[in-house]
Amino acid sequence: MSFQATPELEAEVNELISHYPVKRAASLMVLHAIQEKFGWISSDAVQWTAKKLELQPINVFEILTFYPMLRQEPQGKYAIKVCRTLSCALGGAYELHHHFCEKLGLDAHKHGPQTTKDGKFTVEFVECLASCGTAPVMMVGEKFYEGVSHKKADEIVAGCK
Amino acid sequence: MAQEYKLILKHADEAGYTPDIECYLRHGGYDTLKKAFAFQTKTLAEGKTQTPQEQLRQEVMTSGLRGRGGAGFSCGLKWSFVDRKSGKPIYLICNADESEPGTFKDRQIIHKDPHQLIEGMIISCFANDVKLAYIYIRGEMPEGAKILNAALKEARAKGFLGKNILGSGFDCEIHVHRGAGAYICGEETGLIESLEGKRPYPRIKPPYFPAVLGLWMCPTIVNNVETLCNVKHIVAMGGAEFAKLGTPNNTGTRIVSLSGHVKKPGYYEIEVGKATLRELIEDSKFGGGLRDGRKLKAIIPGGSSSKVLKAGEKFKLKKKDAEGKDILVETDMLDLPYDFDSLAQAGTMSGSSAIIVMDDSVDIVGALANLSEFYAHESCGQCTPCREGSLWMNKTLHRLTHGEGRAQDADYLVKIADNIPGGRTICAFGEACSWPVQSFLAKFKDDFVAKGKADEERRAKETSEPKKLEVAHH
Repeated sequence: MSFQATPELEAEVNELISHYPVKRAASLMVLHAIQEKFGWISSDAVQWTAKKLELQPINVFEILTFYPMLRQEPQGKYAIKVCRTLSCALGGAYELHHHFCEKLGLDAHKHGPQTTKDGKFTVEFVECLASCGTAPVMMVGEKFYEGVSHKKADEIVAGCK
Repeated sequence: MAQEYKLILKHADEAGYTPDIECYLRHGGYDTLKKAFAFQTKTLAEGKTQTPQEQLRQEVMTSGLRGRGGAGFSCGLKWSFVDRKSGKPIYLICNADESEPGTFKDRQIIHKDPHQLIEGMIISCFANDVKLAYIYIRGEMPEGAKILNAALKEARAKGFLGKNILGSGFDCEIHVHRGAGAYICGEETGLIESLEGKRPYPRIKPPYFPAVLGLWMCPTIVNNVETLCNVKHIVAMGGAEFAKLGTPNNTGTRIVSLSGHVKKPGYYEIEVGKATLRELIEDSKFGGGLRDGRKLKAIIPGGSSSKVLKAGEKFKLKKKDAEGKDILVETDMLDLPYDFDSLAQAGTMSGSSAIIVMDDSVDIVGALANLSEFYAHESCGQCTPCREGSLWMNKTLHRLTHGEGRAQDADYLVKIADNIPGGRTICAFGEACSWPVQSFLAKFKDDFVAKGKADEERRAKETSEPKKLEVAHH
């Protein structure tokens, strides 16, 4: 499967590159743009990005492998990220994560992101999401949820069609 | 009595206040930028002159503003270090990588009042001859990035950004740059590497002080979101007037993020040092007290990296007596004024002004294990003591919280933690991951030893009473 950049992506990337006096600086933003459109970043996408930014593929690949938000494989249609860090943990984040895993047939004790067999949900613990006053907090895709009770969690899952 | 004092968050939570530029303009928005452009070159004694830019920087110096990101370093001094003779462009970066666990203040500004930040940034750019600036926002705030991009577009359309802003002859552009989930990007040199499109490995200082060799090896200023908002207010009210807010050497206001076991967690803006920890936690205007029937166990006073305070701890605080002489006054941890210097005297810091309150329901070993997992995940891996040490500490705390602890683990943890910081690592992450371990173990050692011992005893019992082998009968 080769990576095919759409004209829209091409235009967006050209705009991003124009924000910096050095092309390489755009790499993180370009990878964000690719991931937004395709859901993940393939090795072909890495090659394309490197060419676009006049870099070696390794320069792009080393970024892809460092930043936790960048993905080298597809994830579920709905990505559930539950904040794990102290204030949320004090507010019941572990119970919330457990609740999601149980509800969706995943193993709450397993490390790292897990995707349901039907590919609909990915559940993952993430570090502090910077909203500690309304713990526990979580995200589904780009949408942010605060003070998530188990009841609210069920409603969120039900809302994912 | 301590009161909230809303300077930065004056309008943010008002009914009907929206993040668009029309609303901001109705509330006097961008008037301060016009004021900054109206500064004229001043003639000083002996025929010397002071440019408008120098005057603006002087106002920031006079204000006593200290950085709101975590280190509390003087903003005026930081600006004064900028190499202005190199002939290279000067860059400004707004650090909006708000990731210190417990902290959620910049999120409020970005989401509710983005133009305040942008105006503060344009003024700061003007004062420092910066023509290109970036807002580095953490990846987990996609909504915030969209709000900022929309606000920048509005500002451009109104002529507050771009070429010849408001006819002043000054050009300035600001772009949003998104992170992608790495805490280390909050460290300013790591942030710069990240912005350059590399792994965010912090740079060694010297020689890479951002003020001299920053972004693309050019002089660079990195300031926190709240700090840049403060610059706007300093120019609006004058540095001397700003310095009257708060307490000496701890001027202005701070937005305190309060979380954990209080009835009313949330963000509260106070004059720096005008409220004590007790007031912030117990007063009905702030945290509203602990949950019913609970007692205080510990407070993490300035973001997760700051050293923990144990309930009932006493400190000797330097104060002035009636005749102005320095005296030491014994102060309970709850009576510490919430400012930079008092917390430093108590051996900790107000850091990113994030208070995490823990009551007596908390398993202190579990709390530290939680934080250590964070640091183990976030160490960038560049320096061996930090990369290995943060993982060892996490591993040890993991076994202590999973029934596999040992009595000597308490001492073992301290030994590891003591060998990470103190110049053995390139950046302060080494300190940040060690301080929680060092302070928790110094103040709650018994809890850790007891847990390890209990595990050892349980395991010894299990091995001395072997399970009967079950023989299968077919």
